[in-house]
Amino acid sequence: MENMKKEAMAIELKQITKTFGTVVANNKIDLSVRQGEILALLGENGSGKTTLMNMLSGIYKPDSGSILINGNAVTINSPEDAIALGVGMIHQHFKLVDALPATDNIILGVKDKGIFLKKSRSEKIAEIIKRFGLNLDPEKKVYQMSVSEKQTVEILKVLYRKADILILDEPTAVLTPQETKRLFEILLLMKKEGCAVIIITHKLNEVMEISDRVTILRKGESVATVNTASTNAQELTELMVGRPVELSIEHPETYFDENLLEIHHLTVEDEEGINMLKDISFNLNRGEILGVAGVAGSGQKELCESIAGLLPVKKGAILYHNENIVGKTPNEIIKMGISMSFIPEDRLGMGLAASMGMVDNMLLKKYNEGKSPFVSKKSARELAKRLVEQLDIVTPSVDTPVRRLSGGNVQKVLLGREIESEPNVLITAYAVRGLDINSSYTIYDSLNEQKKKGVGVLFIGEDLDVMLELCDRIMVLCHGRVTGNVDTKHITKEQLGLLMTDAGTKKGGV
Amino acid sequence: MIINFLYAAIKAGTPLLFGTTGEIMTERSGHLNLGVEGMMYMGAFLGFYVGFHTGSLPLALLAAFAIGLFAALIYAFLTVTMMANQNVTGLTLTIFGTGFAKFFGESMIREAGGSPKLADSFMTTISEKPIPVLGDIPVLGKLLFSHNPLVYIAVIIAVICSIYLMRTKAGLNMRAVGENPAAADAAGINVTLVKYIHIMLGGGICALGGAYLSLINGGGIWNNSSAVNGQGWISVALVIFASWSPMKAIYGSLVFGAFSVLQFYVPKDIIQIPNAFYVMLPFLITTFVLILASMRKSKEGSQPAGCGVNYFREER
Repeated sequence: MENMKKEAMAIELKQITKTFGTVVANNKIDLSVRQGEILALLGENGSGKTTLMNMLSGIYKPDSGSILINGNAVTINSPEDAIALGVGMIHQHFKLVDALPATDNIILGVKDKGIFLKKSRSEKIAEIIKRFGLNLDPEKKVYQMSVSEKQTVEILKVLYRKADILILDEPTAVLTPQETKRLFEILLLMKKEGCAVIIITHKLNEVMEISDRVTILRKGESVATVNTASTNAQELTELMVGRPVELSIEHPETYFDENLLEIHHLTVEDEEGINMLKDISFNLNRGEILGVAGVAGSGQKELCESIAGLLPVKKGAILYHNENIVGKTPNEIIKMGISMSFIPEDRLGMGLAASMGMVDNMLLKKYNEGKSPFVSKKSARELAKRLVEQLDIVTPSVDTPVRRLSGGNVQKVLLGREIESEPNVLITAYAVRGLDINSSYTIYDSLNEQKKKGVGVLFIGEDLDVMLELCDRIMVLCHGRVTGNVDTKHITKEQLGLLMTDAGTKKGGV
Repeated sequence: MIINFLYAAIKAGTPLLFGTTGEIMTERSGHLNLGVEGMMYMGAFLGFYVGFHTGSLPLALLAAFAIGLFAALIYAFLTVTMMANQNVTGLTLTIFGTGFAKFFGESMIREAGGSPKLADSFMTTISEKPIPVLGDIPVLGKLLFSHNPLVYIAVIIAVICSIYLMRTKAGLNMRAVGENPAAADAAGINVTLVKYIHIMLGGGICALGGAYLSLINGGGIWNNSSAVNGQGWISVALVIFASWSPMKAIYGSLVFGAFSVLQFYVPKDIIQIPNAFYVMLPFLITTFVLILASMRKSKEGSQPAGCGVNYFREER
């Protein structure tokens, strides 16, 4: 081994540093990937994973440090340079042109001879589809595609350009377990063909399943690189967080026997008249967390918004203590004594006013308190200060516009405000999306707190592993229909995954 | 009678076709340029001015095209590089262009000591004459092959733009930039360059429409107060009517051209409507087109998704 010439790494990053203003996003990071190897890049939110990868794909430029590709030092000034060097990146938010078919998206920007678009382009794409056993109609327009099909187009883009270095930024966040499995099969095939693959993910079980080595980033620095075979999830978490972390989610038993919300045959259509929810019925009890699982866009958003009174209901009833709240405005619902809290998916768009500070955002729920025609900021300011302390919110001051806070802190501000209003029903959509492990567990804990108090929690989630631990029951949505409503004690992740894709299952409870 | 009406409609629709094709090229690259009226005004003035002094049609058209490029360059610099608001910038360009043409138009009138008139030889060059052989075909010959040279230029430009958009790689790249600049950027396309090229090209084509108005419609005499007179705005609406396709713009401009000459072909002794109504008609139709377009939901043939939004790569 000693006398063998050292094989050149596909990618080698040396002492990469990148700062945004005064924030150091990456600090002297070293990283390397061999050909035919899958490297997992692990780290909490804000640890600099995406920033680092964006420097490989030409979106950002490093302040200092060097990048070596196949042993040669290179400068990557633009995505164009990155592509020329064989680096393909699949971004977390797909970079596809909705109005164009898959074919045009795939050949977009490819520099080959000729002025006109060639008919033969689809043949070449069909050949790649066949070689990798993919499942895609190349003539389908992107806006008609499912999330997994879009991802397939992104992968095809990379394959078409014959990239031998593939970077995937949280590719499984929006996939069902079955789709994830298929993605991993493709990655293993690419590995066999000698590609170097970097995969960014939060999910430890996926790291353990797919990767050969793991590099862990913490606060912009690379803290360790370990062989996957000689580590475990617990060790990885500790490296990532920097201290031992309890990885289990509490699941307290509650003994309320009371129906809080009853949804009967709820049908909601969008503005184009397409049914987004079809004939949905379920109950939400006091002191339970009801999970809602489903592929993105299965009707979760519409479900939340129709219960919160933000979307008009076409058919069906929403009963709160046997009183129908359909057709009532959010204000009327509050006046009925129903306290419902809604933590929307789009936090800065719907949940908070992005350019206002914490104090003013607290006021949004308190503005009609008291009799004076003038707004009193005093109680709101006290509440804001209390939340900062209780939830460890990192902010320069309670008057700093919330859009300047990091995603996790924004989430805490919103959750704190909603819990503070002592709701009986709490609706959360993707409460931990984009949060690191630590913050996520803080959120799970506060949800459990609420559950113990007798609040009915509707938890729209993505991570099935977490949902199985946290929720009492899980309702599965697929294309706007309920395909299952199951007790978490009696179901596996794979079964849930099947329900998420199979619209044929009978409706209602099991 | 009907042939005469259609013939006049083609003639009146041609400046709209220039404006519409130009604006389609601009909007397809993701920029809504409301400065069409202004760029047409600038083209109208400079085209006339150069034609007046040199007596050469190619030079006049080249000058109009060049000043359109230049005006659009200002717009592109402000919106692409400086990321200024597209609507405001476009409106400002319209005000600037109109003022520019009227100011220099006035001084051209003083210089000439009265309304400047194009030389007779120039007027012969731009007059309507049948193309040999083709022009002799009955009906069609008169309708399609007996126009002034600018009519053919307009149609040829629209056809070329259409082929460019739909059949070439550069056209695909440009459509991608207009739909989703971030995606185009990630695919290795130079978004800024693509935008500059097409905004400027579009401006140049729009300005040719202005030259048409001052050279042909003006009858060889410079009219300082109403050289363009709202045709730019109709072009902006026509882009929507044509659902961003230069081929459809050919038909669309014909329809709008027909409305604007309708008053001369309605038998006055049978139908009596005040003239002001006919003058208003194209604008009325424009309003209806805009309302209908805003009600359309389909993804096909709709405005490029990135149109009106400035792109900044490092924005999160």
